[in-house]
Amino acid sequence: MKIFRVYSSANLVALAMALIFSPIRVKGQNAAQASKPSEASAGNAENGKRIYTKYGCYECHGLEGQGAVTGPRLGPDPIPLKAFTSYVRNPTGNMPPYTAKVVSDQEMADLFAFLAARPHPPALKNIPILK
Amino acid sequence: MARSKKPAVDRRDFLKSVAAGAATLAAPAEILRAQPVAPQPPLAMPLMPPVIETDPPADVEVLTEGRAGSDFMVDVLKYLGLEYICAVAASSFRGLQESVINYGDNQNPEFITCLHEESSVAMGHGYAKVEGKPLGIFAHGTVGLQHAAMAVYNAYCDRVPVYMIVSNVLDATLRDPGYGDWVHSAQDEGAIVRDYMKWDDIPISLPHFAESAVRAYKLAMTPPMGPVLLVVDSELQENPIREGTNQSIPKLTLPSPPQGDSGAVAEAARLLVQAENPVIVVDRAARTQAGIEHLVELAEALQAPVIDMGGRMNFPSRHPLNQSARRGALIPNADVILGLEVKDFWSALNSFHDQVHRSTRPIMKSGAKLISITTNDLNIKANYQDFSRYTGVDLAMAADAEATLPSLIEETKRQTTADRKRVFQDRGAKLALAHQQAVEQVWTNATYGWDASPISTARLAAELWAQIKDQDWSLVSGTGFVTALQLWSFDKHYQFLGSSGGGGVGYGAPAAAGAALANRKHGRLSVNIQNDGDLLFAPSVLWTSAHHHIPLLSVMHNNRAYHEELMHVQRMACRRNRGLDRAKIGSTFVDPNVDFAKLAQGYGLYAEGPITDPKELGPALKRAIAVVKRGEPAFLDVVSQPR
Repeated sequence: MKIFRVYSSANLVALAMALIFSPIRVKGQNAAQASKPSEASAGNAENGKRIYTKYGCYECHGLEGQGAVTGPRLGPDPIPLKAFTSYVRNPTGNMPPYTAKVVSDQEMADLFAFLAARPHPPALKNIPILK
Repeated sequence: MARSKKPAVDRRDFLKSVAAGAATLAAPAEILRAQPVAPQPPLAMPLMPPVIETDPPADVEVLTEGRAGSDFMVDVLKYLGLEYICAVAASSFRGLQESVINYGDNQNPEFITCLHEESSVAMGHGYAKVEGKPLGIFAHGTVGLQHAAMAVYNAYCDRVPVYMIVSNVLDATLRDPGYGDWVHSAQDEGAIVRDYMKWDDIPISLPHFAESAVRAYKLAMTPPMGPVLLVVDSELQENPIREGTNQSIPKLTLPSPPQGDSGAVAEAARLLVQAENPVIVVDRAARTQAGIEHLVELAEALQAPVIDMGGRMNFPSRHPLNQSARRGALIPNADVILGLEVKDFWSALNSFHDQVHRSTRPIMKSGAKLISITTNDLNIKANYQDFSRYTGVDLAMAADAEATLPSLIEETKRQTTADRKRVFQDRGAKLALAHQQAVEQVWTNATYGWDASPISTARLAAELWAQIKDQDWSLVSGTGFVTALQLWSFDKHYQFLGSSGGGGVGYGAPAAAGAALANRKHGRLSVNIQNDGDLLFAPSVLWTSAHHHIPLLSVMHNNRAYHEELMHVQRMACRRNRGLDRAKIGSTFVDPNVDFAKLAQGYGLYAEGPITDPKELGPALKRAIAVVKRGEPAFLDVVSQPR
């Protein structure tokens, strides 16, 4: 499953323009793939928040991991840590690979903890302007 | 902020000071010497001689009697129906400027004061996409045109009519021997931009001007549309019209756009009707509301999905057959793909991976039939590579898609049997279901990060939509980064204008102002989602919008960086395994943060911000829209997430 995607500059703007007229955008993960609560406890969410910004994850996935045109939603309820780490190390899409030299395994766990700690959004029916 | 309309120097005070100055200059030198005066700084300029000569000197200015050449030029511009001239004032077209504002009474065209030639052209670009015709642009010789060049390139790539006049002093012996005329003249001004101009000319007489002016307009408006340029000699503008000069204006008749021939249209219809999984890909297919409606009619006749690449407002965003984001699912299964004015058909059909070894692969299945209807090949040049990769198609029509749609619809309906109709209905039902599920997902997606600060782009889009959805609105920015605009329902041709075409940054703010200028007489609420990096290129267009009372709501998507470029540096740093500690160097606008609200206030706009709390956004939008409805521009600086 592709969880990250970074588009080339040549296509990014055109793609984004096209997607304005599209009914589908940010795909979340499905419930079957959601992480176990215990996996989040392996990391430090505070440090995860710091490096999520420092390493530029927010560029494509939003500051809250909510997803954007450039990358899908990552949290809350991220995919399992093992799959998460595996993809970040060896992405198959246009996302650049983040090696252990750039993001250590502990930092990966911290990132994961940060994403797992993202608050669930308010229900759609409770946001008047989205009704 | 209330905008002061009082000029910096009161006219009465100004006249008093002029009179006092004149009296001082005219006073006899003896009287001046007798007065006790404070020490004066050295005079920069010599005083006027105390004795005025009684006989006119030989080189006294000869007044123009009757009409000047530029008066006739304005007659021609009026005939062409130009509503506005966007220009930075310049000496080389002083004759034309004076004729526009005095002889032409500054109406149709009205002179719009710009502060950068790039903005003049971009305003024309935005205006044309709303109004369907060009306004006029004047620019100074050499330097003015050089400033304008990037914006001209954008218009060329976007196939938009831009009508430019620049000046030159052709006769070297008549140039002011000082600095200006020489450095602002050229042997061939058009050469500066000819690579991305559809046509240019240097008329050497007034009849020649009239003919070339009408021809230029006709060519600019003939698909594929594009920018045109007239280089007008200053002498021709400024001098009186010689007796006996032919002052007739040739008749303007816009040609009907080229249509696909009947045989090719019939074959296209046959392929589409017989296809099990046809897909329609559109980009700049619709120029008008009729174009949108024809496209809907074709899609419904076939119950075929439409993938909109977003070059123009082509297809209603809430229509069940709008399947734009399902390109990855639909193209691989398609057996016939129809491309309508797609500027880069290849990219719609292939994937590209930006890795050390760049790779591509087709996403369409082998044997799928490709049909292309486009005017792209009718105006293509060699140097600039905006034509993109070559796509081998099975049926190519060098024709205008919008003009060809009626015959294609008719032929499609004619060839559709009852059996095929039932197949189409089944296909349409499935597509409608997928569309509905997707729409619901979009609304749910918007809830994530709802209360985040900086404000999520989804929240920004939702708050804006809540304020404008019941009004006659027009999104005048090509804002591709705020994809939550999917929350909006687009169905009018002026509600979305596409992007710059050439990717030249600095297009957004002036194009929005130009589009809003066009929307003004229609009473539409113009909305600009303004990228920060774009505004920083040439913010002075804010003053132009204030000065000319252009009602325009600008809402900053202020993410304080060139984030796309930041992503590129991230990519390089990751590829080279060097870490990301320094990735932000060179791409961000922090330390200090730009205070865009103050910037806008300085140009005379109502402005608020920076707004960082999403709860403050809705009320601020209401206040700003109230200002716009009073006929003025308003500006909100919203600190937002990158995308």
